[in-house]
Amino acid sequence: MRVELRVEAWRAWLDERLGTDAVREFLRRKAVPIHRHTIWYYFGGMTLFLFVVQVVTGALLLLYYRPSAEAAFESVQFIMTEVEFGWLVRSIHSWSANLMIATLFIHMFSAYFMKAYRPPRELTWVSGTFLLLLALAFGFSGYLLPWNKLAFFATKVGTDIAGDVPLVGRFLLRFLRGGEEVTGATLTRFFGFHVAILPGMTTIVLALHLILVQKHGMSVPPSLEGKSLRKMPFFPNFLLRDLIGWVLAIGALAALAALFPWGLGEKADPFAPAPAGIKPEWYFLFMFQTLRLLPAKVGIVEGEVLGVTIFLLGGIFWMLVPFLDKPASGRRSRFFTGVGVFLVLYLVIMTIWGYLV
Amino acid sequence: MACKWGMRQWAVLTLLLTTFGGSGANVARAQKKDSCVECHAALEGPLAAPVEAMNEDVHRARGFSCADCHGGDPSRDDPLESMDPRKGFLARPSPRAIPALCGRCHSDAEFMKRYNPALRVDQEREYFTSVHGKRLRAGDARVATCTSCHGAHGIRPAQHPLSPVYPLHVAETCARCHADAAYMKEYRIPSDQYDRYKRSVHARALYERQDLSAPTCNDCHGNHGAVPPGVASVAHVCGQCHVRQSTLFQASPHKAAFDAMQLAECVYCHGNHEVLPPTDEMIGTGEKSVCVSCHPPGDAGYQAAERMRALLDDLSRHLERTLAILDRAERAGMEVSRAKFELNEARDALTHARVLIHAFSVKELENVIRPGLEIARRGYQAGERALAELNYRRKGLAVSLLFILFLAFLLYLKVREIEGAS
Amino acid sequence: MPSWSEQRRKLLNILLGTSVGATLVAIFYPILKFMIPPEVIEATQASVVAGRVNELPPNSGKIFKFGNKPGLLVRTPTGEYKAFSAVCTHLDCIVQYRPDMRLIWCACHNGQYNLSGKNIAGPPPRPLEEYVVNIRGEEIVVSKA
Repeated sequence: MRVELRVEAWRAWLDERLGTDAVREFLRRKAVPIHRHTIWYYFGGMTLFLFVVQVVTGALLLLYYRPSAEAAFESVQFIMTEVEFGWLVRSIHSWSANLMIATLFIHMFSAYFMKAYRPPRELTWVSGTFLLLLALAFGFSGYLLPWNKLAFFATKVGTDIAGDVPLVGRFLLRFLRGGEEVTGATLTRFFGFHVAILPGMTTIVLALHLILVQKHGMSVPPSLEGKSLRKMPFFPNFLLRDLIGWVLAIGALAALAALFPWGLGEKADPFAPAPAGIKPEWYFLFMFQTLRLLPAKVGIVEGEVLGVTIFLLGGIFWMLVPFLDKPASGRRSRFFTGVGVFLVLYLVIMTIWGYLV
Repeated sequence: MACKWGMRQWAVLTLLLTTFGGSGANVARAQKKDSCVECHAALEGPLAAPVEAMNEDVHRARGFSCADCHGGDPSRDDPLESMDPRKGFLARPSPRAIPALCGRCHSDAEFMKRYNPALRVDQEREYFTSVHGKRLRAGDARVATCTSCHGAHGIRPAQHPLSPVYPLHVAETCARCHADAAYMKEYRIPSDQYDRYKRSVHARALYERQDLSAPTCNDCHGNHGAVPPGVASVAHVCGQCHVRQSTLFQASPHKAAFDAMQLAECVYCHGNHEVLPPTDEMIGTGEKSVCVSCHPPGDAGYQAAERMRALLDDLSRHLERTLAILDRAERAGMEVSRAKFELNEARDALTHARVLIHAFSVKELENVIRPGLEIARRGYQAGERALAELNYRRKGLAVSLLFILFLAFLLYLKVREIEGAS
Repeated sequence: MPSWSEQRRKLLNILLGTSVGATLVAIFYPILKFMIPPEVIEATQASVVAGRVNELPPNSGKIFKFGNKPGLLVRTPTGEYKAFSAVCTHLDCIVQYRPDMRLIWCACHNGQYNLSGKNIAGPPPRPLEEYVVNIRGEEIVVSKA
């Protein structure tokens, strides 16, 4: 009895100051609909969990990493060899980054096909696309930080592509590289992007995204809408299931890190010839492959410029889907589903193709 | 083909003479009318060839021309006048005359100073100390003279990569005669030196690595004074480059023994033209050992050889073993660069030990081998530690995966329990 | 007497509690270990402390570790510091400073380099790579040019 009284007193004390009762009440009432597509609801949480892993391991790596052309490679080597569990932390950071992008894509396409962007969730979708861009930017900037040969040339090629953006390409290239060439200055900038600017932006957009998800609750696919669906409480039922996934993810990360340690390669040498077969990270491969397939000149436009323009317009289209796909049913809506299917096929085929050649 | 000289040409000539600081009559003649070149350039085949070849010639570049060696009068257009033997014309200098012909300038220090003060002027004198020179003097016209090696028309400086006496071409140049069994028959000397040299460690350094400091024929035999180095001098010749080996040998007990037996020091074990990369098998009592040719089983030298070989083998075996385990650890993703760095020292010890063999002292060898062995052993331990660490990681992973799966399973049970209750 | 299901529930909770605890320990142990600085503090190999100022008398030299290659620090007879790669350009033996010759010398084949690293005698085909030497307080810092 007395223990319960004390707990009650603490609760009241906290509620008075933080308003915790409102949160408790919210959690008590929050529910997740149960249907044959419920499985897709877990991928958002998984992405979030992997993001947390990134933040924690990233912060740890910062203790030893040195962002300069002279010391970056050596400091990562130092982390891998001298620091206890350094190999584990770095490998997990790299693996988790890749898994996060993968779950993010799954989360996005599941939301797309379930048409979760229907009103009033348009802004949830838009904020999500921003998070995708941020995640890709994280990946691109982080890839260079070990300052190894492969990353160096991949960055060179990647920023070259940015230089093909119409009108602002030239500026963008200089902005990204911090000069005309990929140098130590680029490394320092990418480091700044990776650990300060991008995390700051992500915090804001992610907060918005999560608040919106809480505000509107889980979306139900149109085919099931209106039917009476069973629900499970978010807390603890859904969260516990989430937890199972997260625990398994930790296991998977540990296994990947121990069995397939993330290599370091050779130190970057700006004067060395480019190695054969430079490829970007897998999540950029579809763009890379597309640009490679385009002819040098299409009409009067350069192939690369055309490709980059198409990707830009495609990105904007993708972001605006909630506003275009209205009323989210009927023929027009089926067209958007078709677009999604095409896009998934396109990404898969181009990525595999890019790997094989 | 006549040529009228006007004021302008004379002015140019004067200018040229002034720039040459010129007093030499030869130079002046070269700048003047040169009917040899004029006519021979217009001729065909072998009669024109010298003119063409001379374009690349170092002498030509300094202003010399045909008449400076062949004599005659190039100011005359009439062949009978210009190639008049009375004016010193010599169509084909005989081999016997060539050293003196070249020596007319090249042995004249005063003269040579004007063109190349760094060039030696004793080649002619040296030449007559060589076997070639001595035989030439004795009337043998088949031996090599200046032109045999340097060429006659189109002589390039020895440092020019296309010169036949450039380090990379010396062996081929000598081989033109010395590898010709028929040509050498009369002298009763072998003609396989070139083939044997080409297999040697020296030739490999010279041709494969393009290391111009590696010795070719003339580095041991001398160039102008070419002779085979005798028993007494061979050690000095090798010692030019292999100083340490030579010094060690001179101080070793072998020195007196070799002298007494009239053995050529280095050559007795390593050979002469076909100096192969030395192997550890050369020492010891095995099949390829050079020691056993003098030391019968049981004598002190035989035992020492056995012991020294064992020491070398021990270190190289340890080195190999250590390198193998470190490589294995590296391939498995472990970082062992520090251990690999330290292994350099052991490798260095082995290199030193191999040189130190020439002291033929077991004790001195031990002093070098022992620390090397210790380093190799430490490196091996580092490799073992790295592999153990890898194993530990895998085991740690297996254990933690077990716990993680167990936890996931418990969570699953918990979910079922909660949902079963509701 | 609690029921069977009650007992099972309790057991599950206990197991769950300990497993969660163990997992948290398994997560935080590596993190804490990671944060403790290792004994070797310096990661950078673009420059290295090759020695201390009073360590070398004039006309002497010593070998130091530069990355995974040996380097040679020389104090010339005039008291200047110079640093080179200690790997002979002939057959990769480790060179040394010879005070008697005032030269850098390779014992393997009598290769000689002068105090600018230039190969001046013997078989070495190329000069030794020279490094930049800076004195920082008591430390002699060698870096790649």
